[in-house]
Amino acid sequence: MIQRSLALFGGLFVLILVIGWVMGLPFTTSRLVEAAAYALIALGLNIQWGYGGLFNFGIMGFLMVGGAAVTFISYPVNPAFWGSDGPMMLGRALFAFAGGALIVLAARQAHRIGITGKWRGALIVLAWFAAYVLYRSQIDPAAAYIESSGGGWVGGLGGHPILGWLFGGVLAAGIAYVIGKICLGLRTDYLAIATIGISEIIRALIKNMDWLTRGTLTVSPIPWPTPLPQQYQAQGMDMATSLIAARAGFLVLALVVLAIVMWLISRAYSGPWGRMMRAIRDNHISAASMGKNVTARQLEIFVFGSVLMGIGGAMLVSFVQIFDPSSYQPINHTFLIWVMVIVGGAGNNWGALFGAVLLWLIWVISEPLSKAVFDFVSMWSTNFGWGAIPEIEARSAQMRVFVLGLVVTIALRFAPKGLIPEVVKREDAR
Amino acid sequence: MTELVFFINQVVISGLVLGCIYALGAIGITLIFGILRFAHFAHSELMTGGAFIAFLLASAFAAWGIVTPIPTGFVVLPIAMVLTAILALGIDKGFYAPLRKRGAKPVTLLIASIGVTLMIQGLIRLFFGAGSYSFFETEPKEVFRIDMAGLGSTRPLVITEPQVLMILVTAVSVVALHFFLTRSRLGKAMRAMADNADLAQVSGINTALVVRVTWVIAGALACMAGTMLALDVTLKPDLAFNIILPIFAAAIVGGLGQAYGAIAGGLLIGFAETLAVFNWTMLLRPLNAVLPDWMQLPATLALVPTEYKLTVAFVILVVTLLVRPTGIFKGASS
Repeated sequence: MIQRSLALFGGLFVLILVIGWVMGLPFTTSRLVEAAAYALIALGLNIQWGYGGLFNFGIMGFLMVGGAAVTFISYPVNPAFWGSDGPMMLGRALFAFAGGALIVLAARQAHRIGITGKWRGALIVLAWFAAYVLYRSQIDPAAAYIESSGGGWVGGLGGHPILGWLFGGVLAAGIAYVIGKICLGLRTDYLAIATIGISEIIRALIKNMDWLTRGTLTVSPIPWPTPLPQQYQAQGMDMATSLIAARAGFLVLALVVLAIVMWLISRAYSGPWGRMMRAIRDNHISAASMGKNVTARQLEIFVFGSVLMGIGGAMLVSFVQIFDPSSYQPINHTFLIWVMVIVGGAGNNWGALFGAVLLWLIWVISEPLSKAVFDFVSMWSTNFGWGAIPEIEARSAQMRVFVLGLVVTIALRFAPKGLIPEVVKREDAR
Repeated sequence: MTELVFFINQVVISGLVLGCIYALGAIGITLIFGILRFAHFAHSELMTGGAFIAFLLASAFAAWGIVTPIPTGFVVLPIAMVLTAILALGIDKGFYAPLRKRGAKPVTLLIASIGVTLMIQGLIRLFFGAGSYSFFETEPKEVFRIDMAGLGSTRPLVITEPQVLMILVTAVSVVALHFFLTRSRLGKAMRAMADNADLAQVSGINTALVVRVTWVIAGALACMAGTMLALDVTLKPDLAFNIILPIFAAAIVGGLGQAYGAIAGGLLIGFAETLAVFNWTMLLRPLNAVLPDWMQLPATLALVPTEYKLTVAFVILVVTLLVRPTGIFKGASS
């Protein structure tokens, strides 16, 4: 088993070297930073799916939340907003929100004053409607004001990006808590559909709340936690070296974060907590009969996994320096990560790590690779007099979606437990 | 009266059209769930693939110079449906049947169906690029404007020819499906297997045949839904990928495994989406004359802004899953 893992990681290392040799060092360091961020996200999913057996298909939503969080914390302050009436109006909207929440909570307690059954249900629906109208009556004018004359959008806080990553994790945890509270009672495929639905709701909100996130107008440049290439260039370094130096700095930081997370979750996995989680995953009825609080533990694991997703999403946004809500797609940000964990090996952290790096590299090189193949075929067909393949650029960009689907169907068929499967340790009976 | 006609144009017709498309897609999903017990995500790609097959056939018809009185898309629909049904059978044979034979969990099949989604989507984009196509490049899209002046309306009632045909074809196929499920031997076998697969097998029902028939029906209906959607709007590679969740919402709201539930759910989601973004001021404007100044209606009075239209379906989906996971028609819950 160990030998197989070492061989696979060795192969991955050779692949990275080959990519570095063919595509150049600046390209490869960038992809490795992204791979590290995706590895964090894949580890988050591995906690949820591999340890806990939870079916989270809303990863895209958590990545967006992380991205929005780091934008909010680390982007420079927008004085035009803070000098206008905007904060005041947002405060009122917050009060309206709290008031609406109170109305709903009060309606849910209606059974105490003797309103029960259908009447209580109707009252709760009415309360939700009233709360919604109350909130909309305050937020709509505030949003319109900020977007037109209050500085355009809220802006950032000008904090350090690492604080932004942490905030991304915290915010993702908060949202995961709410989602988990609502949805974890559902069985597997219903949970999958519900989480996809919620992530689409999050996407629609972040995309359209221009006053908060600037929506489709996108925010850039978001600062780096490590020195930027421009800073190295100011010190007299040439273009190529500065790119490599800056990206290497970011890569080191990302790897440090990844190593800390890996150490923490591996300890958690082999400890009593991890054993309990596997017991719940494999047979939640027997775990419950042993006195484990299954729902609470599953909520716990859902929140922990989502924290890593939030941090990873924040890291990605920091690195590319632009937060563009319309660039988030379920294929790129949910399914890709599932394929990473399934191909790597669910339940094994090294497997998830391996899968994340391998799949990310496959994902990024399948476009240039298929372009090369198309170019070759096109040349061949032109020589035969059949004419060239039209629109090679656009077509090869689409190939990676096909490759991703092919990889996952092959993996499910021939290696359903992944390339580095979970190792089930058994204590010797005494 | 003008306001009422506007309401019919904006809500009744577009809600009905959307509801028909959702219903046709949801029937397939719900049948597959009932028989094979997994959520089939690749249904969106069957729809898009079916629409592209119909588009190719229609282009071929146009190239051969065949002129038809109704839009060519509808003429080629039966052939495209047969081809899509074969495609669905092929996908099952190639990807799902080996996993089922191994005794894989429904979750594994769900992930496999996502893999199939990605592959078909990749292939469609590979061959057709990312642009959009129209069925009506070589022939006009007829629009019926029914004059309502006799009833005191300044606006005509507007409906396009594809929309009329779409509603008729959906109604016919739903009735046909009803008779198939309740009267024919095979339909009864399907319902028996959906209720209890083991019991159906021991009582001598050919389950392999039932599975094949399920894929044929699901594929044919998916092709119908996809083609109609493409006839109503435009044909593009992510045509159905964007609406697969509302379709799942329709199937779940109606109760997974319940064919009639899927129809009701589809219409419900379709109308909910159009009603939620409808600007009520347009309908209630005459009230402005009666209401005092401080209560005048604002220019837009919609329940949710237009950009959140698809979100309505997700909210209904999540609320249904929480309040009544078995759906309104008490579908399968385990």
